Formats: sequence, C-alpha cells, structure tokens
Amino acid sequence: MPDTNSNSAAIVIPAITWRRRAMDRLMTGLSILTVVIVLAPLFAIFAYLVYKGVGSINLAFLTQTPRPVGEPGGGMANAIVGSGVILAIASLLGVPLGIGAGIFLSEYGRNRYGDAVRFVSDVMNGVPSIVIGIVAYGLVVMRQKHFSALAGGVALAIMMIPTIARTTEQMLLLVPQAIREAAFGLGVSRWRTTLSITLRTATSGVITGVMLAFARVAGETAPLLFTAFGNQFWNWRLDQPTAALSLQIYTYALSPFDDWHRQAWAGSLVLIVLIVSAVAAVRIVVRRGTLAGA
Amino acid sequence: MGVGITVEHLNAFYGKTQALFDINITVQANHATALIGPSGCGKSTFIRCLNRMHETIPEARVDGMVRIGEFSVYNGTSATQLRRRVGMVFQKANPFPTMSIYDNVAAGLKLNGFRNRKQLDEIVQKSLHSSALWDEVKDSLHKKSGASLSGGQQQRLCIARALAVQPEVLLMDEPCSALDPISTGKIEELIFQLKEQYTIVIVTHNMQQAARVAEFTGFFLLGKMIEFDKTEKVFTNPSDKRTEDYVTGRFG
Repeated sequence: MPDTNSNSAAIVIPAITWRRRAMDRLMTGLSILTVVIVLAPLFAIFAYLVYKGVGSINLAFLTQTPRPVGEPGGGMANAIVGSGVILAIASLLGVPLGIGAGIFLSEYGRNRYGDAVRFVSDVMNGVPSIVIGIVAYGLVVMRQKHFSALAGGVALAIMMIPTIARTTEQMLLLVPQAIREAAFGLGVSRWRTTLSITLRTATSGVITGVMLAFARVAGETAPLLFTAFGNQFWNWRLDQPTAALSLQIYTYALSPFDDWHRQAWAGSLVLIVLIVSAVAAVRIVVRRGTLAGA
Repeated sequence: MGVGITVEHLNAFYGKTQALFDINITVQANHATALIGPSGCGKSTFIRCLNRMHETIPEARVDGMVRIGEFSVYNGTSATQLRRRVGMVFQKANPFPTMSIYDNVAAGLKLNGFRNRKQLDEIVQKSLHSSALWDEVKDSLHKKSGASLSGGQQQRLCIARALAVQPEVLLMDEPCSALDPISTGKIEELIFQLKEQYTIVIVTHNMQQAARVAEFTGFFLLGKMIEFDKTEKVFTNPSDKRTEDYVTGRFG
C-alpha cells in the first residue's frame, strides 16, 4: 500500500553504490597513509642511529670514561649515569610539583587564581629551553658558585612542571563528578577523595602526561649547558659539574675527530634506547596493577 | 538501627534560583519513605540536602533545619561526620572503576583509616550478602574491577558499599531508573529487608515502585511538597487535587 501520510515524505536510503565503496576505500587508504607518514621519520631516525651507532657500542663504551683527545677508545659511562642522576632529580622535583599543580587546577582552580596558573603554565610551555637553563643558572649555579647535577635537575624540572600540570588537570577533569560524589557520600573527606579516588581513577592518564614530560626533557641539551655543564670524569656528588649524554653528544658531534663522531652516534642510540625502555617499564608496571575490566 | 528525620522550613537554592520552598517533613525510623513528582520538581535536591551533598555544587546553599536522629545536620557537625551516618545510593551506579569489588565495598572504611583486616573481610562479606550480590561475586572479589560488573550488579555493589560504613539512614536517588525489571525487582526486595535496620528515603519516578516499597509517600511539585502521607492514602485518596492528577496520570 502506498504511504498516504502527506506531511512526511518517505525517506529513501540510497543503495550502496560503487561511488560510496570507492570513497570508503579512499578514506581508509588516506588514514593508513597518514599513519605511515607519521611513523616513517621515527623509524628512519631509529634505523639510522642503529646503523651508525651500534658498531661503536661495546663494553668499554658502557663502562669507561672519555679518553683525552687523540687517544682512541673510552666511553660514556659517566654521562649515562649522569643523565640518570639529573633526570632522577628532575623527576623527583617536577613530578610531585606538576601533579600537585594539576590537582589544584582541576579540583580547586575554577577561579581567577586557577586561570592565572593556567596562563602561566601555558606560557612556560613555550619558553625556549635555553632560557630555562639561564633561570636555573641564576637560581642554583650563581648561589652555589659552581655548576652541578642539582642545577641541571632543577632546569629540567622547570620544563616538566607545566606539561605535567596541564595533562594532570585534563585527566582529573575527565573523572566523572559521580565518582567524587560516591566518595563524599561515604563520609570521605575532600583531600582523601582527591588523592585516593580522583587521582587514582585518572592514574593511567596522569602517567601518560608524566612520561611525555620525561621523554621531552630527557634529550634536552640547552638547559644543561650552563647548569650541569658536563664532566670528563666520574662524579658522584650532586653539587659538582656532572656529565650528561646529551651534552656529551653535543660536544663530540661538533668535534673534528672521526672517533668522537662515532661515539656521538653511539651515545644518541643509547639515549633513545634508555628513554624508550624507561617509558616501557613504567607502562608495564602500571598495567600489571590494573584489574580486569577496569 | 535506623533513626528518624525531621525537616523544618527547608529552602534550597542554586545561585539565585530557589529549588525548594519551605519543606516540612518527618520521616519515620525503620520505614521506607518514597518521594515522587515530575522531573525537576526538587526531589533529588531535597534528598541531597539530607546529607549535605547539595552544598558540593558551586553556589548552592540551604537554609532551614534538618535533624537526623540526635544530629542537627546544619548546625555544628561536619559534613563528613554526617555522611558516615547517612548512606547514599545514586541514580547511576558509580563504583570506583580502578578498585576491585572488595576494595569498592571496603572503600568507605579504609579511606577513613579503618585497618583491621579480619573485621574488614567480615564487613565486606556481610554487606555483599545484604545487597544480594555475594553469590555472584564471591569468586572474583579481588580479581575483578567494580566496573566490570553488569549495570544491576554495579548498583547492588554501590548499595553494599553504602551499607559497609553502617549508616543509620539510607538515601536512594532513583536507584532503579537505569535497570531492567529483574534487577529492579532484586533491589526492591532488598529495600524491604533493609528497612529492618535502616531508615530509607527513596526518590523514584516509578509510582508503582513507590506503592510497592514505601509506607509513606511525599509528592513534590515545582519545589514544594504538595502532600505527605501514608502511601495508601496518597495513591487512593489524596487530599490535594494536584496529587490526584499526578498519580492518576493526568499530567507529568
């Protein structure tokens, strides 16, 4: 029977024509292409680093300190450890402060003070890293009267804080209000709710932010130039000039010696491998603590 | 044991908008009281005034007198103190997604500093029994997240979580509105059993539900309480014309 209802025209869903099929294929193809374009440079860099660097990595490279100019051999052991120390200091300072600021912004910062903090941290995200190095120089090096791992850690921490604060804020805002209300309804105080419920619910997102910030500063050279300064020898004191992989790579890459160039390639490879494994390790630990269905 | 609730001259506001006007009500201990009325009439706002949840919303405020047992809700006691004695079950089940089933139930006690492992085990088991969930989850207490359960199970988990802190009053804000009839039936059965130990106030959109579970029913309209009486009276012989229109389905 024909449709006699005059005020609603029958809706005709067009059949799936060859045009729609072609469009579907085209779009799928385009999205795959963008993935390839994004990933290609990453793999290219990694492959080139392996190609150039892997030959120079040996036990001596990982266990010895640099040799004087002209003497072949030696390694970057002190720089590997130094990078670890500086990044540990940066994380110890930057992660709690960044997460704390993020908690403030999301839970208590829906006002002018929060807006001010948000504005400042967005601006800080855009400040060139060399400028942050100068700030750390003024804050720490000028006072201590010498370069130090501590100063390098402070410089990198200053770079980490705005990234961590803003991602933490965004992740906490994604936690439904209903979850907070559930905790309030049980007579849990506000600070406990924030730490044990809201932050815990957002853990995986917050950790992603921390990892992004960590990976971003792990390869930084400019802020370390006049804070950690670099060191050709072992140094175990936090208040003394300290070697870092990025600084060592910088120095060696600019040198006129082939042997140093090879070591710079090896150092770059080690740096990338260390960053990737640190991020992967954190991911694995976090995943192990996650329950089925969460 | 449950305790009674007395409300006198309660007004509630969201910023400049007044949501409740001069509410007066006495809720009997160890009975279920249902609150009905069309959407936006203030039922939920009212129930949230009883455990000071209303004031967690920015710019919201309350005046008037609420007593729960011996407690004066808006005088002297802290909101957290009060909420330990007044449990709440929400419209949408809201288990803590990163916590196991066990930790969800134990959350209220653990987060308030209760550490006795053996007692916790007992309370978790008892609460899950009370909310008729124990048999379904006893094998995965620590393995599964609270969010992995079905909708009806999640809501019963939330009830167990509320019971674990051993409240005197249980507030339920449309606890069945997102559930299928079977889960709804289970929760209604539960309300019947829980009445023996707790005073229950339940907001519902479902008038049959109010008639089934509650001894007393209050009808809200536009922020005012139009009628409050025995459930039977409200549904069969209401004294106000507007109540009659609503319960017979003429509007709303």
